[in-house]
Amino acid sequence: MEIVLDIRDLNSWFGDNHVLKGIRMEIAKNSVTSVMGPSGCGKSTFIRCLNRMHDLTPGYRMSGEILLDGVNIYSERVDPVYLRRRVGMVFQQPNPFPRMSVFENVAVGLRLNGRSVSRAEIAEAVEKSLRMAALWDEVKDHLSRPGMSLSGGQQQRLCIARALAVEPEVLLMDEPCSALDPVSTAKIEELIEDLSERYTIAVVTHNMQQAARISDNVAFFLMGELIEMDKSGKIFTNPADKRTEQYITGRFG
Amino acid sequence: MATGTISFRRKATDRAMKWAFYLCAFFVVLPLFLVFFDLLAKGAKELRWTLLTDLPHPVGEPGGGIANGILGTFVITLLTMLWSVPVAVMCGIYLAEYGKGKFASAVRFAVDTLTGVPSIIMGIFGYILIVLPMKRFSAWAGAAALSMIFIPVVVRTTEDMLRTVPATVREAALALGIERWKTTLFITVRTASAGILTGILLAMARIIGETAPLLFTTLGNQFWQTRLDQPMAAVPLQVFSYAISPYEDWHDKAWAGALVLITMVLLINIGARVVTREKK
Repeated sequence: MEIVLDIRDLNSWFGDNHVLKGIRMEIAKNSVTSVMGPSGCGKSTFIRCLNRMHDLTPGYRMSGEILLDGVNIYSERVDPVYLRRRVGMVFQQPNPFPRMSVFENVAVGLRLNGRSVSRAEIAEAVEKSLRMAALWDEVKDHLSRPGMSLSGGQQQRLCIARALAVEPEVLLMDEPCSALDPVSTAKIEELIEDLSERYTIAVVTHNMQQAARISDNVAFFLMGELIEMDKSGKIFTNPADKRTEQYITGRFG
Repeated sequence: MATGTISFRRKATDRAMKWAFYLCAFFVVLPLFLVFFDLLAKGAKELRWTLLTDLPHPVGEPGGGIANGILGTFVITLLTMLWSVPVAVMCGIYLAEYGKGKFASAVRFAVDTLTGVPSIIMGIFGYILIVLPMKRFSAWAGAAALSMIFIPVVVRTTEDMLRTVPATVREAALALGIERWKTTLFITVRTASAGILTGILLAMARIIGETAPLLFTTLGNQFWQTRLDQPMAAVPLQVFSYAISPYEDWHDKAWAGALVLITMVLLINIGARVVTREKK
């Protein structure tokens, strides 16, 4: 199995607060990895390390290495802007750009990426991305409507399409369903499964059922430590660590 | 019954307070209507098409207009905005998106102070800075004085509007691998564009009516003048000189000119309203 992301001894601090403690993890190509754990366990902080979203946060510090295809993404030679084009992200709250249409929301990444792309190429990429995000059929007749006019679930799929349009290799999702109703959640979960054929996906979730449904591998975080990571089937049936067992049987968290 | 009386008193107080709020709101808007209707009544005498198309006539000669002043006001206002809008908006962007340190606080303080500086001082400043070295009154000097009023207002509204853009918008752009300056210009500013434009229009409405800064800088002119390095007419200057003149018919023209001026300001304000109402 090919390893896309190799996290080696990752430690993170916000000021004096030691948020992530010695995380080691390998994320395989074209797999879905869920990161679960109770609130405040550091799972969101962790996933945001993978595309350097903390770079602008004052007081943030880290140590360790994160290798993307063998290159440390925190090395001086790596430009975080280019890194984020390879490692896309979808957020907890659907956040389409206000005052932009559905079309523009998906096109904006390509347009502002500095590469000169023709109008036709952009239109093609927008359609392709919206199809991959399973949104095309619902919006193809309203591409010029504001992105904000869509329902919450559609907005989240629009954000997924927007992330896919710049053709990343890895897609990070930070609790992508926690602001959505069950029907929209089911659609996104189905989508994640489809996307994993082409993309490497890491999903943060505090919903164990969701983790069980969508992931190949599950990592359990507690108080900033990676307690256990294993195949999804193994973790939920026969966890190695007592704390994991306590969590999945609902004894805390 | 004790409870009954208390409840009655509380209701009465509640109602009284509500009326007090309403009354204050009424007093706030009252002057606008008083001024406008007063101007309509007094300016109506001189209000005719030639007011907008003719040059001023000499004393005693009936008719005549303020066409050169209207043109001058447009020219000076546009000249001011031509360079003040980009400078002010960029400065607002700096304060909202980058301004964290001591320098930013100093800029913010200076801008706030500038907003409160009496406009006559801007006029004198323009006189010393531009009129004296150039040895002549000019539209340039007027525009320079007006920018000092225009820029601080727009800087602060731009900053405030950009701050209303949620952090999640910037974050989303960042995660797409869009450079920071592009995110700022093409996404954050665009998101706040209606508010920024409104701020620009309101500041424009403000400088269109400014008289004091122009007195020492553009001076005014009785004739057509489109050269920017020459004294230029402007509506507020005409209103001012007509109003302080000893002639009855010039007083009437002052009223009519004031009516034209307030109509322009009103139109710009309505424009600002339309801009914010459009699209959400």
